[in-house]
Amino acid sequence: MNRVFSLTRLFAIVAKEFVQMRRDRLTFAMVLGIPLMQLVLFGFAINSDPRHLPTAALIEDHSAFSRGLIAAMENSEYFDLTEVVESEARAQELIERGEVQFVLHVPQGFARDLLRGERPQLLLLADATDPAATSNALASLDEVLRRVLGRELDGPNAWLLSTPPAAALVVHAAYNPERISQYNIVPGLMGVVLTMTMVLITGLAITRESERGTMENLLATPARPVEITLGKIIPYVLMGYLQAGLILLAAKFLFAVPMVGSIPLLAAVTLIFIAANLAIGITFSTIARNQLQAMQMGFFFFLPSILLSGFMFPFRGLPVWAQYIGEVLPLTHFLRIVRGILLKGNGIEAIAHEVGPMALFALVALLIGLTRFRQTLD
Amino acid sequence: MSDGEAGAPPPVIDVQGVTKAFGAKTVVDHIDMCVRAGEIYGFLGPNGSGKTTFLRMLCGLLTPDEGTGTCLGFDIRRESLSIKREVGYMTQRFSHYEDLSIRENLDFVARLYGIPKRRAAVDQTLEQLGLVERQRQLAGQLSGGWKQRLALAACLLHQPKLLLLDEPTAGVDPKARRDFWEQIHGLAAKGLTVMITTHYMDEAERCHRLAYIARGRLMTRGTVEEVIERAALATFEVRAGNRPELIARLRSAPAIAQVVPFGNSLHVSGPDRRAIEAVLAEQVGSDSAWKQIDSSLEDVFISLMTEAERAPR
Repeated sequence: MNRVFSLTRLFAIVAKEFVQMRRDRLTFAMVLGIPLMQLVLFGFAINSDPRHLPTAALIEDHSAFSRGLIAAMENSEYFDLTEVVESEARAQELIERGEVQFVLHVPQGFARDLLRGERPQLLLLADATDPAATSNALASLDEVLRRVLGRELDGPNAWLLSTPPAAALVVHAAYNPERISQYNIVPGLMGVVLTMTMVLITGLAITRESERGTMENLLATPARPVEITLGKIIPYVLMGYLQAGLILLAAKFLFAVPMVGSIPLLAAVTLIFIAANLAIGITFSTIARNQLQAMQMGFFFFLPSILLSGFMFPFRGLPVWAQYIGEVLPLTHFLRIVRGILLKGNGIEAIAHEVGPMALFALVALLIGLTRFRQTLD
Repeated sequence: MSDGEAGAPPPVIDVQGVTKAFGAKTVVDHIDMCVRAGEIYGFLGPNGSGKTTFLRMLCGLLTPDEGTGTCLGFDIRRESLSIKREVGYMTQRFSHYEDLSIRENLDFVARLYGIPKRRAAVDQTLEQLGLVERQRQLAGQLSGGWKQRLALAACLLHQPKLLLLDEPTAGVDPKARRDFWEQIHGLAAKGLTVMITTHYMDEAERCHRLAYIARGRLMTRGTVEEVIERAALATFEVRAGNRPELIARLRSAPAIAQVVPFGNSLHVSGPDRRAIEAVLAEQVGSDSAWKQIDSSLEDVFISLMTEAERAPR
């Protein structure tokens, strides 16, 4: 019975592992759940060629040409006309708040100048904070314009179609004129890193107390759940700020990311974001029975956060159902806020509509976590 | 089974009908208990009999499903926070931070209780339990006996009036156990009330009074003598070798409630002395091989446990 390798012994260990696997239902569910989720997210949700991008139009020249141009843009499926604006100020506001990706500006007298052969300019203002979201749409636009010109300039005006083209398209890539993807990724990374560490660390820190039995002792003292929870959270809030600071420094000095907006404002909003993630971590820790389960639940939350928030793939490229899920996640809103503040120089008014959902998420998660966190062992 | 005596000190624990169920399983079933100030009260029972659950209800970690009563004069249902302040609860499993030193652990507990002059209080407790030299050692590196001392120190820091100790000496060597009991007796002499669960008979005999529970029900209580006397158990020592077939034959006799091997002899007990004598005369033969002895606490407990197992639920 002292062979170098015994199949019986091997089988004993394999069988034992299976029994333990079966006992730990949550781990088993996660082992099946995580690949299923990845399959759905990568297979159905992720589309790196975003279409139907919301576009506003500022039309100062109402003509058959401008109508034709808009129709053709919509036909390309890359552009959806969501609003016709009357002023440049309004157009600017929509771009700032991230409500539209593009603003098409057809200047006064465009059709007249076109027919006179004066080669007038069309303006397209693009929100280029995420270059990946706009590049395909922009590439399609030249072709769209060529076709519209070809249709509109027929008969006697056909001579205008010779090279150089009859009208020029001027694209202004706002906030990131060189379309450097780091400008988008590096600030976004701040949110991703915070999500990962805050959710995982709180989840682990609290389940560790239960796993090691120290929670029983803690509960037998006069310490209240609120005190225990907050006491466990506060050190990690500071750690979160440390991470955020580190990333900001790297963004500035390593990647030369422009920082147009207010850093104190960013710091204040970051607190809400950190709170939202810590609250989720606490809620997980009240469900998970050991550190492994807490870890898996952390990943279960992290995965959609990274894929559906607009960090890895343009948010507007996601199907509608995935966008709804994305809108719930705090990271989605935080990414818009960070990019808004750093790249666009957004003030509090321009980001308020993103802070609200994030704060609501934090509040709901904290309430669930605190109600589930029992002072007794019942 | 009255616990009351005229002129006795006031009760520290006084509960009636305490019941707790987890799902369909009733773990603690209508237990009454009265423990008086300065007493060392032993709480015994087989594993899973509900001892830990009962202690947890006393210190407010669990809410009883039924029953009323007071602990240190506070209602066990509504005033658990006040109880927690004055109770020192030592969990069965070591539950301090293994990655903190002895001193850091005690300091942490002292802060949680808001003890004034914390440094001095920690120093004094370290001194009292002989932990001064090890105070910088990490709790995770301590042996069982030292861990137990640390746990006791943490219970005593806030000068509780009642100690609830859940199997404090499990896995601790005899010397450390003896030292531990010296401490407990010293504390009780100063007026501290101690309720302690144990599986060791020698420890049970060191308690002023005992209660024995099995399957959540209180089987007996009183002083050691009272418990033995009340059990009315006749026990015989049989010196005829521990032959398995003899044990089997004795066990099958209706008059014999239990047969327990003790070294080279057997302890045979049952409620009816004469009936046992008749069986022994028939099975073992000459009466030189067996004689009646005093029933020990262990004999009584084993018989109570067997009785509880046979009883219908």
